[in-house]
Amino acid sequence: MGRLTEAAAAGGGASAARSAGPPPAPLPLSSTSPGCAAAMASSEEDGTNGGASEASEEREAVGKRRRLGLLATIWLTFYNIAMTAGWLVLAIAMVRFYMEKGTHKGLYKSIQKTLKFFQTFALLEIVHCLIGIVPTSVLVAGVQVSSRIFMVWLVTHSIKPIQNEESVVLFLVAWTVTEITRYSFYTFSLLDHLPYFIKWARYNFFIILYPVGVAGELLTIYAALPYVKKTGMFSIRLPNKYNVSFDYYYFLLITMASYIPCEYVSVSTLM
Amino acid sequence: RLRGGVWNQEKGDKVEILDAKTREKLCFLDKVEPQATIAEIKNLFTKTHPQWYPARQSLRLDPKGKSLKDEDVLQKLPVGTTATLYFRDLGAQISWVTVFLTEYAGPLFIYLLFYFRVPFIYGHKYDFTSSRHTVVHLACICHSFHYIKRLLETLFVHRFSHGTMPLRNIFKNCTYYWGFAAWMAYYINHPLYTPPTYGAQQVKLALAIFVICQLGNFSIHMALRDLRPAGSKTRKIPYPTKNPFTWLFLLVSCPNYTYEVGSWIGFAIMTQCLPVALFSLVGFTQMTIWAKGKHRSYLKEFRDYPPLRMPIIPFLL
Repeated sequence: MGRLTEAAAAGGGASAARSAGPPPAPLPLSSTSPGCAAAMASSEEDGTNGGASEASEEREAVGKRRRLGLLATIWLTFYNIAMTAGWLVLAIAMVRFYMEKGTHKGLYKSIQKTLKFFQTFALLEIVHCLIGIVPTSVLVAGVQVSSRIFMVWLVTHSIKPIQNEESVVLFLVAWTVTEITRYSFYTFSLLDHLPYFIKWARYNFFIILYPVGVAGELLTIYAALPYVKKTGMFSIRLPNKYNVSFDYYYFLLITMASYIPCEYVSVSTLM
Repeated sequence: RLRGGVWNQEKGDKVEILDAKTREKLCFLDKVEPQATIAEIKNLFTKTHPQWYPARQSLRLDPKGKSLKDEDVLQKLPVGTTATLYFRDLGAQISWVTVFLTEYAGPLFIYLLFYFRVPFIYGHKYDFTSSRHTVVHLACICHSFHYIKRLLETLFVHRFSHGTMPLRNIFKNCTYYWGFAAWMAYYINHPLYTPPTYGAQQVKLALAIFVICQLGNFSIHMALRDLRPAGSKTRKIPYPTKNPFTWLFLLVSCPNYTYEVGSWIGFAIMTQCLPVALFSLVGFTQMTIWAKGKHRSYLKEFRDYPPLRMPIIPFLL
């Protein structure tokens, strides 16, 4: 992630948006910043953290003004260049596949290793937030990256029958364009030379990419539901000695439903 | 005001209150007593802006600075002849007591719904049936006791330094407490509940841990209450008393949290229920954050703070 702040897109549906979303400068993080800790801290008995929400706002303001060390700048530049390249490779592979085969069937299988590598590598972005070289909150970054990891590993990779669905191509295309735009934006920003087109793309592509990405993801999960129900995968039933249960089918349904409030949150922070 | 024929222009200070974000002049107070406290200024401000009652006012010397305390005296602030204070709206406020009572009453009631297997939770054939496992009944007693204790402490023991918190907190907090209570209660009272692997031995040990930690937690709450006279907001270093449970103060700043975590660990072992363990973990994480904050405040405020003490876990955390 680059030095500039990330639009506070949260939640699964915002996978495309969070990257495509324009980063209003400065980040419109209100005093109701996410994070259970800030809220719960206010319920603390002795009230020493009565001003928790104000305190977190102050910290964010300071973080924005921080100067990046040389090592951090070099690393982030390298990281963003590498990710731009990775997603470009992915884009080209997808185009070539379609041009050669004329169909989307088998496309996922052919690009899956590259996709998994670069999307998983993005977990580093959480670390960037943790160590403070990127001003985004850990929670926001965590939610965003997690939703991608979820989509790649817990849905598309794990539920083989849906890998040839059209909806998979839909979100892959949205993600690819989004990430290329986002990472090149960060790269150029770090190098202090931002071409107007990249900036324009960053601020405007999301209008199309966001709904396309959400549609692709939702349709994919929806297509997966019958298989999940039939196989009972990733589920724990009662009775068991730890007295817990988990139904992946209902979990997916709840996830799908949560796209709506999450969309509301991300769009309201993007606009 | 005329006094012996001469206008006394020195009587009283001037205070102007500006909006911290827009710098708009919101209020100008003439002839404020130099000994006036921030609390009194807040009351004066409310007169001109009644929608901003004192609890939701944050006044500071710098727009991005820390809030001034209610007890701060105007005269002692680093201001000129006209004090400029910046105002920030903290949003709708709700009293701590209200929040505590609501967030604790929920779990007490909700757990019992599951314990009595009220209809529409488990299958119809289980409606109003009773578990055949002793530990399930014991767990209900412990859980209920825990929250009754909390409610009574809120009403009769705790002395709060802050009167209010932001209104939105009640929704977040209640979701947390009520949600977890329902989740735990569902499994413990489930017809397919599996009692602990090591049977009565495990339950007895867990119960002992639970009881000891409940007594410990209560002892600490009483000790903290006795530190602070009624109605005051003084802060003192807590020290061990004759009550052995308070001797944990030798090793930690917040033994109430230590005992609280202990209670939930006991309950988790007693019920051998993963959701309880997860609840304990989340609670532990939150309490550690609070304990570290409290510990830091103590260190900042008291030069002679005992160096052996850790925030929440002796020697470790």
